[in-house]
Amino acid sequence: MSIGWSAIEFVVNGETRNVHVPPMKRLLDVLREDLHLTGSKEGCGEGECGSCSVRMNGELVNSCLVPVLQAQGACIQTVEGLACDGELHPLQQAFLHCGGAQCGICTPGMLMAAAQLLANNPRPTMAEIREGLAGNLCRCTGFKRIFDSVLSAAAQTEIPMASETHAR
Amino acid sequence: MRGNAEAHELVAPGSLDAALALLADEPGQWTPIAGGTELMVAHAAGRLNAKRLLSLWGIAALRFIETSPDSMAIGACTTFHDLRASKAVAADFPLLAKAAGWIGSIANQSRATLGGNLVNGSPAADSSPALLVYDAEIELASVHGKRRVPYAEFHTGYKRTVLEKDELVYAIHLPRRFAQHRQYLRKVGTRRAMAISKVALAANALIEDGSVREIRLAAASLAAFPARLYRAEDAVCGGPVSPEVIRAARRALLAEVVPIDDIRSTADYRTCVAANLLEEFLVSLKTEGPQQ
Repeated sequence: MSIGWSAIEFVVNGETRNVHVPPMKRLLDVLREDLHLTGSKEGCGEGECGSCSVRMNGELVNSCLVPVLQAQGACIQTVEGLACDGELHPLQQAFLHCGGAQCGICTPGMLMAAAQLLANNPRPTMAEIREGLAGNLCRCTGFKRIFDSVLSAAAQTEIPMASETHAR
Repeated sequence: MRGNAEAHELVAPGSLDAALALLADEPGQWTPIAGGTELMVAHAAGRLNAKRLLSLWGIAALRFIETSPDSMAIGACTTFHDLRASKAVAADFPLLAKAAGWIGSIANQSRATLGGNLVNGSPAADSSPALLVYDAEIELASVHGKRRVPYAEFHTGYKRTVLEKDELVYAIHLPRRFAQHRQYLRKVGTRRAMAISKVALAANALIEDGSVREIRLAAASLAAFPARLYRAEDAVCGGPVSPEVIRAARRALLAEVVPIDDIRSTADYRTCVAANLLEEFLVSLKTEGPQQ
């Protein structure tokens, strides 16, 4: 059976993008294969590990569980959209400073989950950080340095992240 | 990714009426998909049998929380994030708010819907025990109109429900009459985040003059679908909670549940823990003040 493909228009990291893809193609695969944004990783492929986390219309989602048709018209932010004008995002700087990244596979998802948390709660407690990142698994760090990175970023900056999923 | 995106059709009719019309035109041909947190997992694994999918995501008429003096209506495509964020849900139905907060992760809660949790029909569904003790009614919609069924009668077997092929879940209705009830919900899983329950127990009870005037108990992961524990309720209702009543309630519970051994736990463990949770709730009834 031949399935009709869909014309999808959405805003990714502030730029309007158009793709022509099968409607059940996963957002993760469209980002990586069609838009060549390979920062978002596939870990488990079933919404358990969080390494494919992106922000969609201001909410955190697992891009492996989103059929791209449901992203029609959405504003999406991936890890590639965190740095601005060549400057690392405060969260990225904090991960570097605190040793929050080791092998790096979970890091893009951790950064996006942390960005989501700080957008809603700029001064989270450690318990809130642990909950905000509970859907993101790391096999290297033992999590403490990741949590410390988020605490550090939150302590140092006033981060206007709520606006960053929208077109610039 | 072992599934093939090109093997599946997905359409987004954009409105409830258009979705119902499509279901009526070709009954049984279309599988509704809301936030995709179940079906997309099967898709990625290459075991999604549905070939034609109907997207309900973004249909505003299915995503609402409305409160009237007597009840609350929750649209089927209301997400668990929406439920957590609702002050009205937290005030009137704290067990539902609590369950919404432990479903999966933040990223799952922003996509997973209350209607999807029910239609999926998992024995371990996180929202089900709370809905059962709140006497929820499920409103179903088709091109022929709407009908309501008590949630306690919605599941008919493992992953089977009363939904007809041309019907969608439209809303979940909850009577606002539990403000004076003692309420309890506890889930036992491998870890707090992400874990699917080994056992979950919800309960509420109305205490008057030291006697249990009303009690509702409901469990997940103890049978083929989430269900009330009527025999245990009968063992408690009508009198004070004593050690003898607690022992009788434990025996009644053990007699009516049919847990299984699976990858998450054993039948023995599930049974023992369920009885312990019941005892924890009953012991709490002997104390004064609100219970959570």
